[in-house]
Amino acid sequence: MTQQHITLTPEQADAFGRELDAIRDRVIADLGQADVDYIRRVIKAQRSMEVAGRALLFAGIFPPAWLAGTALLAASKILDNMEIGHNVMHGQYEWTGDPALCGRTFEWDTACPADQWRHSHNFSHHTYTNIVGMDRDIGYGILRMSPDQAWRPYFLGNPVYAFLLMVLFQYGVALHEMETERIRAGEISLADKREVLQEIWRKTRRQVAKDYVAFPLLAGPFAPFVLAGNMTANLIRNVWSYAIIFCGHFPEGTSEFSVEETRDESLGQWYFRQVLGSANLTGGRLFHILSGNLSFQIEHHLFPDLPARRYAEIAPQVREVCRRYGIPYNAGPLPKQFATVVRKIVTLALPDRVRSARPVQAPLAA
Amino acid sequence: MFTQTLTSKVLGSPLVDLLTGPHGVDRYTELVDQTWTTDARAKVVDVRRSTPRSVTLVLEPNAAVVGHRAGQHVNLTVEIDGRRRTRCYSPANAEGAPLLELTVGRRDGGLVSEHLYRHAHPGLVVGLSAPAGDFVLPEARPRRILFVSGGSGITPVMSMLRTLVAEGHTGEIAFMHYARSPQEACYRAELAAMPVRVLHGYTRSLGGELTGHFDAAHLRSAMPDPDAVFVCGPPALVDAVQAVCDNVSSESFVPVPFVIPDAPSGGRITFRDSAIESTDDGRPLLEQAEAAGLTPKNGCRMGICHTCTRRKHRGAVRNLTTGAVSSADEEDVQICVSVPVGDVDLAL
Repeated sequence: MTQQHITLTPEQADAFGRELDAIRDRVIADLGQADVDYIRRVIKAQRSMEVAGRALLFAGIFPPAWLAGTALLAASKILDNMEIGHNVMHGQYEWTGDPALCGRTFEWDTACPADQWRHSHNFSHHTYTNIVGMDRDIGYGILRMSPDQAWRPYFLGNPVYAFLLMVLFQYGVALHEMETERIRAGEISLADKREVLQEIWRKTRRQVAKDYVAFPLLAGPFAPFVLAGNMTANLIRNVWSYAIIFCGHFPEGTSEFSVEETRDESLGQWYFRQVLGSANLTGGRLFHILSGNLSFQIEHHLFPDLPARRYAEIAPQVREVCRRYGIPYNAGPLPKQFATVVRKIVTLALPDRVRSARPVQAPLAA
Repeated sequence: MFTQTLTSKVLGSPLVDLLTGPHGVDRYTELVDQTWTTDARAKVVDVRRSTPRSVTLVLEPNAAVVGHRAGQHVNLTVEIDGRRRTRCYSPANAEGAPLLELTVGRRDGGLVSEHLYRHAHPGLVVGLSAPAGDFVLPEARPRRILFVSGGSGITPVMSMLRTLVAEGHTGEIAFMHYARSPQEACYRAELAAMPVRVLHGYTRSLGGELTGHFDAAHLRSAMPDPDAVFVCGPPALVDAVQAVCDNVSSESFVPVPFVIPDAPSGGRITFRDSAIESTDDGRPLLEQAEAAGLTPKNGCRMGICHTCTRRKHRGAVRNLTTGAVSSADEEDVQICVSVPVGDVDLAL
């Protein structure tokens, strides 16, 4: 069941798909040095900020150094995970032939092993976007993010789980491939996931050893400052990436789909579902870079392997095509979109009849 | 020397690997200087355009570059408009020389050779592969050696000549080189100063010691009955030399032109890892692999998730979503949306 009742005839969907294909083809024909230079500049900025941030944290006994060091390290982790890691792992720079930009081998500075991410995100989430029961990004197996998920008393804790997921986001992402909801439902056993868990442990152990043991110990007597700075930087990255990612598919106005209604869909209908299921964030250039250009979630879901810096230039074209087909194009500033997400998390904690009996609350300030 | 070993010991330590994880220390040091990595790279220190149809690059290799044996070739990787391009060249410097020398002949319409001719500049950093090839001098050097080369085939021969001269080879050496004209003959001045009998032949102009293409008469005028013959050049030259000489070691290089057919190419698909072959029926490689009984990893089957990407060792394939044709060796392709264009050798 979808919240939006916009439909396209198969012919309209094909025509819609052809117009989007044309946009993609124009970008592909234009890819070149500027795109590679851009991502290398971002990588250089990220690595420089990381080195500077970690150096400043060694002098973290001085508050300005601690604050600057933590901020630089947080920004570096955000760039590493979002504009670099997420996008490179999508294969956006595969055409360059540069092994350092190879999507299949890239590893990122977070707990989640890149190989598992490539499966759960690139394939599962991007192919089956917003199909309830197939896209495990809907609630990450622990939250109720769609009325199409049946309510259970467990979901009374929805806001609490959401808050915990936010502060521990890198571990939530790391455990994604464990499919804990299927283990709880008895569909699979923990033993089936032994290798996945071992892989997560190997990666997480190194991340923990780096940020919480090795770097603090190197600082000698200043270890507590380094430890606190690293923890804070990881927390900032967690909260920021959670906010951006939850605004990609859960704000008010995005649709979910059932397995039945997406069976045998054409490429045009697939594009149609990607637009209906995604939402953009509006903001300035720096905001888009720090969001890994996931602020152009619609364009990203239409063309996940186009270099993300190109989304800004094609967004007006995509929006115009959508307008002509009467397809809603969901976009808004972060505070507004995130407020609707928070409201959804809270209202879906309650069973449907209680929820419908209550007046809809005003959006919470984010 | 001590500091060098210490630096590499520290940079290669497990602690530094942990601290610089998950990217690794190379991804930080290369930002200071592109050649400060354990990937084999070299910096161009001099560019000479001594003939109108070639460019000579003098390269300073980093510590990861493995030196070649005279006559071997290396893969050179350069970035052109954001894309890495790899081509095979034979270094012309003597074995063990500190600087690497590559003389690249311009090919009409050649992407890499034209780019290097026009844009190579000191400071440019290129990637290098480990040297390969068995077109080399035997460890026990023959006494009387004849070298024959055509066009840009001169480079491995130059490396052999320079190596022998540097070793103080006391036997007799003759070298016959064929070029279109005196202007296009590389290394003329250096060759003239070598203790080697050098004969030039020009196929499109007069004035050389040799007239026309290689034949038995040319051989007699250079060195009758040599102990060993090394020839590098177009297949026709190699064939001509082999027809009149014994003890021939040879190397040839031909750029293969290809045309994109409309229908299934009918080419041979080799799934190298599983030693299975099949005939192209026009469907994407993933489907053909599955029809052949293989189960390659895959995901969306529509070209977006890159799960099925595989290394294509040889041959050309067309990407159905972008229309792009991958024709170079050793490129990664998305097999769910790629169809063969002729014979294909795939890592599967």
